Amino acid sequence: MLKTDVLVIGAGPAGLKAALSAAGQGAEVILVERDPFLGGQLVKQTHMFFGSKEQYASERGINIGKILARDVDENEKIRILKDTTALGYYEDKRVAIESQGKFETVDNKALIVTTGAQENTLVFPNCDLPGIYGAGAVQTLMNVHGVVPGNKVAMVGAGNIGVIVSYQLLQAGIDVVAIIEALPKIGAYLVHASKVRRMGVPILTSHTVIEAQGTERLERVVIAKIDDKWQPVPGTEQTLEVDVLCVSVGLTPLTELLFMAGCRMAHIGELGGHVALRDKNMETSVSNIFVAGDVSGIEEASAAMVEGQVAGLTAARNLGYGLEDYEEKVTAAQRELDNLRRGPVGGKIRAGLEKLYKEGEVAV
Amino acid sequence: MLERTGIPTPKQIEAIKPSGERLAKGPVAIVECFQEIPCDPCYTACKRGGFLPFEDINDLPKTDDEKCNGCGICVGFCPGLAVFIVDETYSETEALVTIPWEFSRLPAEGSQVWGLDREGKEAARVTVKTVRKSPKKNGAHMLTLIVPKEKAYDIRSISHKE
Amino acid sequence: MRIENHPILTFEKGPKVKFIFDGKEMEGFEGEPVAAALHAAGVRVLSHSQIHNRPRGFWCAIGNCSSCNMRIDGVPNVRSCVEPLKEGMTVETQKGKGDLNA
Repeated sequence: MLKTDVLVIGAGPAGLKAALSAAGQGAEVILVERDPFLGGQLVKQTHMFFGSKEQYASERGINIGKILARDVDENEKIRILKDTTALGYYEDKRVAIESQGKFETVDNKALIVTTGAQENTLVFPNCDLPGIYGAGAVQTLMNVHGVVPGNKVAMVGAGNIGVIVSYQLLQAGIDVVAIIEALPKIGAYLVHASKVRRMGVPILTSHTVIEAQGTERLERVVIAKIDDKWQPVPGTEQTLEVDVLCVSVGLTPLTELLFMAGCRMAHIGELGGHVALRDKNMETSVSNIFVAGDVSGIEEASAAMVEGQVAGLTAARNLGYGLEDYEEKVTAAQRELDNLRRGPVGGKIRAGLEKLYKEGEVAV
Repeated sequence: MLERTGIPTPKQIEAIKPSGERLAKGPVAIVECFQEIPCDPCYTACKRGGFLPFEDINDLPKTDDEKCNGCGICVGFCPGLAVFIVDETYSETEALVTIPWEFSRLPAEGSQVWGLDREGKEAARVTVKTVRKSPKKNGAHMLTLIVPKEKAYDIRSISHKE
Repeated sequence: MRIENHPILTFEKGPKVKFIFDGKEMEGFEGEPVAAALHAAGVRVLSHSQIHNRPRGFWCAIGNCSSCNMRIDGVPNVRSCVEPLKEGMTVETQKGKGDLNA
């Protein structure tokens, strides 16, 4: 059995920051990561991040991942377990892990769950054909492994991931024939949309996939315009000759451990699905279990990092570490979060959080 | 319209254009950022006060065109690749347009390529004047293109294919 | 196919290794996921659905789903998208649920 003050599950942007913040206050930390490397999905983010200096704005995601991984590596208070998957949460609060092929349990005083999210699927005829992949999957294939996903790609979804991955496909030398978006408006930051558009990629809002065609693999996709009642407009069908269709229609938090731990959960669409009820310091209804990053509600990586900070600081505080500067540090981080969410693009997350806190009051 | 297509409207572009007087003085930053997002590196990168201070990180960037000398530091720092430098004083009939560039294709200086507009359509043949690395670490390249003067507010890219 | 030129990234690869896919000898780089090596070699079908036997490729590529489950060195239901490639591996397209005794 392993023992620690704070156990962090997942070494993406939220988990790395959580580990650093808790250790920075003096707590002993174990950081568990299923991949053989740290960084989570930052390892494939080749674009420069938004935000402000505090969230490494203007730095490429891959480099932010490297900076945080280096800081964690150099921190003597953090024990890193890579190639390690959290399997379950037990009533005695221990977490079971499979670490490089070996079963272990981790006794912890505080748990920070930063497990991230998974890509949503989209259902249409033949949506399971090989060649139809999550947009994040294609990003992994090309940006992490250097493999060309296909010759011609269509993207479904004009949110940030869909538009960014489309641009990255162009950077890898792959043709993107169109970005198809069911909503009447582009969800991505418009500067991202403009930079793909000026490379000649059409963004077809109010369009949907009618069906995919092919036998052993994707050969073409039929798309059509949709009306304001979301019905395909007859006669607007177009056939796109593509061998890859990327699906980027949102993410769902990976909350299995939180359900197992008995955290009170609520389904909040704006946050991506089921999330744990939590307070402003990221503590769930189960005392000393925290969440941060996409598992606590789908948002940008910049916010995930700050949430991780808040969770790490508070977990350490709960265990008696860093009492002297906790208030000052957590207030500064809360202010950063408020700033990131204040503008018009923060509307969805603000609405989600409002529901979450309301749900929390009812639960109490 | 921008929200439906990703293409800024002529009206939006007209609204951010510096004064004719300023344009006659030399290179200046054109910031094509039309949506309030939480982002401020343009402001923090510029040490000349070329951007007015952000009261809120979600503010749209506002330039002080008199302080901007068109150095292009902000071109490399803008995560949205939304800053361009236009120099209308290059010649009687031509202007210089500097664009951020993140593709493998690095055209030879002096070569002729197609300049693309905001839709990715071929707008005019342009000459590549300089290809340089942005002063920012890990930044994009910056391509300076010689374009017909009347296309200085249309051409915002080149093709990424050879 | 592999990405030859990239404006931002350089790809550090392990040594070239040989493996067997459904009886055919193939090449990939040591340590990269089996599914990545197969994809680079043009293989798209990794498994078949259990009831209707429909072809399946990968979906998430980061070990969340089970779309890429294959039989690797005799072990069924291995997530080929995160399983590191090794010299001499035997990789098979999985049929159905996978049988430990097969």
